[in-house]
Amino acid sequence: MNIQELAVLLNATIAQEGEDMTMPVSCGYVCDLLSWVLAHGQKGMAWTTVQTHVNVVAIAVLMEMACVILSEGNQLDMASLAKAREEKLAVLVTAKTSYEVCGLMMRAGIAPPQA
Amino acid sequence: MQQHAMMDVFNITALDYASAGDASATIKRKLKQLGIDSTVLRRIAVASYEAELNLIIHSMGGTLTLSITTTEIKLVSRDVGPGIPDIERALQEGYSTANAEARNMGFGAGMGLPNMRRNADDFTIESEMGKGTQIQMRFAI
Repeated sequence: MNIQELAVLLNATIAQEGEDMTMPVSCGYVCDLLSWVLAHGQKGMAWTTVQTHVNVVAIAVLMEMACVILSEGNQLDMASLAKAREEKLAVLVTAKTSYEVCGLMMRAGIAPPQA
Repeated sequence: MQQHAMMDVFNITALDYASAGDASATIKRKLKQLGIDSTVLRRIAVASYEAELNLIIHSMGGTLTLSITTTEIKLVSRDVGPGIPDIERALQEGYSTANAEARNMGFGAGMGLPNMRRNADDFTIESEMGKGTQIQMRFAI
């Protein structure tokens, strides 16, 4: 599944387009502790969080993730959105909870990260 | 000891959360251009980001220094205080002294130093109260 298809699956709006929205999603993850994400983040990951500040963008870019999914309608602040635009990081916003996002991703065959 | 072929120093300002990750992104970009193996690159990226964040959250400001030779990458974090009272405790996973602001942002999981130690091939930390902390990490390439 690619980022564009994931946005449709999650009924998400695309707050920021990534460089390549047809990039395949390698795995899914949910966590709001950023150091934890740093320890477990992977290339091509779709990461679900309720955090909205600029460090979310920094970590997703550093880990070369496919996209960030903001659950429960959370929106990036202006500075974070500007940073995501600059870094061409895909950011999806959905009204669904992180729990629902994970359920839908698992059912669609998106695997958890490999150890 | 081999001469360092390249060295970059990044100044990190205390509590400057808005710039957090900028130095690490530059470091990663530079190493990627040099063709460093992606597995090693990822370990360095995690370690440098944690070091950068620690300087922002806990220190009174400092520097992150990147040195590159033909055989290794070295990252050194130096700050001007306040120092770590109990290093052994600070190295324990889950132990954190981060304040409420940092915790609200999703930091303060007590993973910073453990993440650095886990990802570096060699990790040393020295700290003196009132003077500051120096962390040295080496990565074989």
